[in-house]
Amino acid sequence: MPFSLLKYGLRSRHVPFRDIPPTPDLKRSYDVVIIGGGGHGLAAAYYLSNVHGIRNVAVLEKGYLAGGNTARNTTTIRSNYMTEESVRFYKEGVELFETMSRDLGFNVMFSQRGQLTLAHSEATLRSFHLRAEMGKHMGTRIEVVDVRTVKELCPHLNLDLGGQHEVMGGLWHADGGTARHDAMAWGYARHAGARGVEIHQRTEVTGFEQAGDRVTHVRTNRGTIAVGQVLQAVGGLNGQVAAMAGIRLPIRCFPLQAMVTQPLKPFLDILVSSANLHTYLVQSSRGEVVIGGGSDPYQLASTRSTLDQKEHLAEGALHLFPFLYKVKLLRQWAGITDMTPDYSPIMGASPLKNYWLDCGWGTWGFKATPVAGKRMAETIATGRVPDVLKPFDLSRFDSFALLNEMGATAASH
Amino acid sequence: MKLLTCPVNGPRNITEFQYLGPVRAASADQPEQLIEALFYAENPLGVMREWWRHTPSNIVLIAERHTVSDQIVATYLPNRKPA
Ligand SMILES: Cc1cc2nc3c(=O)[nH]c(=O)nc-3n(C[C@H](O)[C@H](O)[C@H](O)COP(=O)(O)OP(=O)(O)OC[C@H]3O[C@@H](n4cnc5c(N)ncnc54)[C@H](O)[C@@H]3O)c2cc1C
Repeated sequence: MPFSLLKYGLRSRHVPFRDIPPTPDLKRSYDVVIIGGGGHGLAAAYYLSNVHGIRNVAVLEKGYLAGGNTARNTTTIRSNYMTEESVRFYKEGVELFETMSRDLGFNVMFSQRGQLTLAHSEATLRSFHLRAEMGKHMGTRIEVVDVRTVKELCPHLNLDLGGQHEVMGGLWHADGGTARHDAMAWGYARHAGARGVEIHQRTEVTGFEQAGDRVTHVRTNRGTIAVGQVLQAVGGLNGQVAAMAGIRLPIRCFPLQAMVTQPLKPFLDILVSSANLHTYLVQSSRGEVVIGGGSDPYQLASTRSTLDQKEHLAEGALHLFPFLYKVKLLRQWAGITDMTPDYSPIMGASPLKNYWLDCGWGTWGFKATPVAGKRMAETIATGRVPDVLKPFDLSRFDSFALLNEMGATAASH
Repeated sequence: MKLLTCPVNGPRNITEFQYLGPVRAASADQPEQLIEALFYAENPLGVMREWWRHTPSNIVLIAERHTVSDQIVATYLPNRKPA
């Protein structure tokens, strides 16, 4: 190894290795066009090409690779949801993260450090019991813990919050963790590219041509292409892109903001979140404290930030860890989230025969990137929606079969 | 600080207001519009009419706001849209 390294260093001309192939010219037609080069689109491209042998695939991304919500999220990975359908689905997602670095040969730094959600009221504790029982029933690691255990898990936490809303217990989810979002996206892109998938950056879908109940062509700023099947996974703008295809989705755009502090010595080795304070914190492997919380209070399709929301996040963080009061913020940002009425995604068929939806991921879709990609690829390859995806069909809104995950989502993502 | 102009109290910090969502075209009172009214709220890229409430004075108002630039174009009391 040292010799090959030396040889490499002394060589005057060498071709650098590109993980992600350069953007080629658009072909006239593709078997599958994936709209959106975020994690979800790239994961689907990976599974289509590497598992199902479907390689005549183009991923169309209007900006740069994975620069949407995939680059903006706070990387909470967990499966402690409320309904059986959700827990089954997200559990599969967590399991795919457990083997992802090995599967992709790319270090995604998955750190399964566990997530602690705090209860500051009896009502919250009761809802935790429901989630814990469902999680145990489905075979995930989850339990309700008392204040003593909270203190053991997170010794620096301020439990009395100045006498207001003191911590009464918590929901401990040992399966919870974080991973490096960019690495995941690049890993998928690299393997998809190696199997012939074309990744077209700066390629914006601007419309569709349809014949009957099928999409025949996708129009882009770089030309029109014929398509066999289409997968839509465009993050915050899912409602708008679906509307171009004549599909109405029950989605509203809200910004979600987050921020990180300057790096500190390690003091927090779990994920902590408080539903009452609408704040959650995690310390990254660089030592930065990542702070996130609830969505903006009103609809907006913009990635602007506000001082109000940043102050709100800081307030929650200081209640939980008062000693952070002197710490400086290093970066802050926002993403546009595509919120559904029941805080569950919309996956599966659309009113068009060859147009598939992977939408409505709102504030919680990073953790689902591998499982959504895997199951959507399976759907496209076989033409059959797998059982695990069926509850998430768009038609659930017509039949009032909602999957309400608001309480298990709002402050934790 | 972002300001929103209350038709009664004048310009106030937007944090004094509660967002009540888009003015809905569909009505939950019409059975055939029920699903539309419950789940398919307006979500345009552009100017949208929406309900707001000034919480300290309990004044309910309409704002016309651009959903991309966040610019507030007009505010008025319900049914009193200025000409
Ligand atoms: C601040 C913040 C914190 C979050 N925290 C968490 C968390 O802790 N855990 C969690 O699980 N989830 C979290 N999320 C949610 C998560 O980020 C998203 O649900 C997830 O990344 C969605 O992935 P995606 O690939 O579907 O969308 P994106 O990554 O947004 O990718 C969609 C892509 O489509 C492209 N696109 C849009 N329109 C077009 C067009 N017309 N033509 C071509 N391309 C187009 C966009 O440029 C974009 O790159 C958070 C989100 C935000 C904003």
